[in-house]
Amino acid sequence: MDPTTFLDLAAPVLGSGLRLAVPLLFACLAGLWSERSGVVDIGLEGKMLAAAFAAGAAAATWHSPWAGLLAGIAASVFLALVHGFASITQRGNQIVSGTAINFLAAGLTVLLGQVWYGQGGRTPQLGASERFLALDFDFGVSRLLGGHGIGAVWSEALAGHNILVYAAIAAVPLTWWILWRTRFGLRLRAVGDNPQAVDTAGVSVASLRYRAVIVCGVLTGFAGTYLSVAQSAGFVRDMTAGKGFIALAALVFAKWKPFNALAACLLFGLLDAVSIRLQGTPIPGIGRVPVQVFQALPYLLTVVLLAGFIGRSIPPKASGVPYTKDR
Amino acid sequence: MSASSRRDLPPIVDYAVIPLLNLAVAFLISGLVVLAIGENPFEAVAIMIRGALGYPEGVGFTLYYATDFVFTGLAVAVAFHAGLFNIGAEGQATLGGLGVALVCLSFDGAPWWLVFPFALAASMAFGAAWAFVPAWAQARRGSHIVITTIMFNYLAATLMVWVLVEMMSEPGTMSPESRTFAEATRLPFLREFLTPWGIDLGQSPLNPMVFVAGLAAVFVWLVVWRTRLGFEIRTVGKNPTAAVYAGIDPAHVVIVAMLISGALSGLLAVNEVMGTQHRLLLEFVAGAGFVGIAVALMGRSHPFGVVLASLLFGILYQGGAELAFDKPKISRDMIVVIQALVILFAGALEHMFRPALVKLFDRRRIRAEGGA
Repeated sequence: MDPTTFLDLAAPVLGSGLRLAVPLLFACLAGLWSERSGVVDIGLEGKMLAAAFAAGAAAATWHSPWAGLLAGIAASVFLALVHGFASITQRGNQIVSGTAINFLAAGLTVLLGQVWYGQGGRTPQLGASERFLALDFDFGVSRLLGGHGIGAVWSEALAGHNILVYAAIAAVPLTWWILWRTRFGLRLRAVGDNPQAVDTAGVSVASLRYRAVIVCGVLTGFAGTYLSVAQSAGFVRDMTAGKGFIALAALVFAKWKPFNALAACLLFGLLDAVSIRLQGTPIPGIGRVPVQVFQALPYLLTVVLLAGFIGRSIPPKASGVPYTKDR
Repeated sequence: MSASSRRDLPPIVDYAVIPLLNLAVAFLISGLVVLAIGENPFEAVAIMIRGALGYPEGVGFTLYYATDFVFTGLAVAVAFHAGLFNIGAEGQATLGGLGVALVCLSFDGAPWWLVFPFALAASMAFGAAWAFVPAWAQARRGSHIVITTIMFNYLAATLMVWVLVEMMSEPGTMSPESRTFAEATRLPFLREFLTPWGIDLGQSPLNPMVFVAGLAAVFVWLVVWRTRLGFEIRTVGKNPTAAVYAGIDPAHVVIVAMLISGALSGLLAVNEVMGTQHRLLLEFVAGAGFVGIAVALMGRSHPFGVVLASLLFGILYQGGAELAFDKPKISRDMIVVIQALVILFAGALEHMFRPALVKLFDRRRIRAEGGA
């Protein structure tokens, strides 16, 4: 197979991999903010789901994807604050709180959806003007590159996604810059590693952690909105389907670093795209591979990585530990 | 949390008043949700209680649901005692189902009482095996058990699809399920024994596993509070460092506790696969593994509390089904909301009312001392 044919074949898969990676990336960065500040968050899934529902409902009500985005962020920031209250102020168990939030979102979205719209938990089908659609920009590049090879990669994989896809990618350097290049970021990371030290320096541990948790809520809001208002045209029951947990896996995989998170999410998104593409078609030389192998890979890789067989993935030292002044 | 504040309150407040208060808030907010939907919460509660306890068939269903929750609740509770959060009961029960189905399909046609012990053993062995890897990774490689057990839930679900689609499904059918077991091999329904006595359990799938659940609760109590292993488990859960000084190997204890936990989760599968569905279905666990978390938190990880909490959740599940039938606006998802609120208030926010109560009791104590 010559390179041009290969690129022609690979470009659509790359593009779909990128689109599938976007919700993972938003959620993974959300988890990064939270856990870097010392608050473990297994409620990413629930916040994403709540955001997807709120975004779908609001976009349908106000006929605007931006209204959807705002509502999605509001819903998931609210749940993030519940998690913050439980784990920062009340010093409760963060895993338990995250579990509660996942169930709350799973139950409430369908319950309210059924009461409001009576379509088995769906929100109304969104029209084109109510969604984030693919951006139409090209700058004449595809005419320059042609329709094959590199040209296909440009037009199918890189250009023509909706605005949230580019927002997700932009969030990666932004997260890195804030957390690793600003004073606020330094303190936020410090509070996840050694809260005593930050407290001794006269900076409030609780306020830093609350801010981190809110950013986490905003990012999961983007993730959920992407699902119901950009990728699909409305919310359906259990729309996240475990993406919040894959994002958690990606976070472990990325060793809590933003650019690694991008790589991990792209890898997991690509695995997903490949499994869809290969459904039922044999791979030359290997034969038919069950789809489940690709579906299981992100989980398997994470377990193997966590067990320290490929490198070592060590979480921020104080993550999951409530902070108490008197010790 | 801290030991000093624990002494400030009489035990009755710690073990009864605070849990009940937390539960009351969870139910109060659930009531508000029902109100927001536009239904009467009191009427809803009445329908639920009537549906769950008002007639023998309802009671049968309630006990059948409770049976599942006792197993997963005990599983989560045993892990809690060792300081572990086993979020993987769902996956362990799924694998247990695979074990039960393999036994039932191999001995298909044999009388149930012959197959039963093997099914029990297989369910426990498969559940424990699925818990072993996360346990080992936690104990020996230091990976976090919460993440690994979550991953193993998804791995179990994926494995199940593969096994059912590629290996177990009947040739010619598309549905991912195994063939149905022969009549003789299924666990008998209790309704068959009780009808001659004038008790009509209707269609409820209550089967002998309800007694096994009771025995499991007693077993867990004995192990945790009356054996050396239980002492070791509780010591490791409270303080792993102290455990090392007491000559206990925490890694070993973590693995054993998780094996017990996985085996208990696996038992759920006998109730579902051999006792109710009579075939292996995708997602037959249906979230019971997660209800186990709520049940263990509510029951404060004590077998007696777990049984009580399981009964309550059995009532919620059966009553919720009736409620959804009577009031279509309150779908069964309401149960998931209640479950979430119970986990939130009885779990993550369990100490919310403690400072206020401590203050209240301090004031009373001071007044009593002043009066003396």
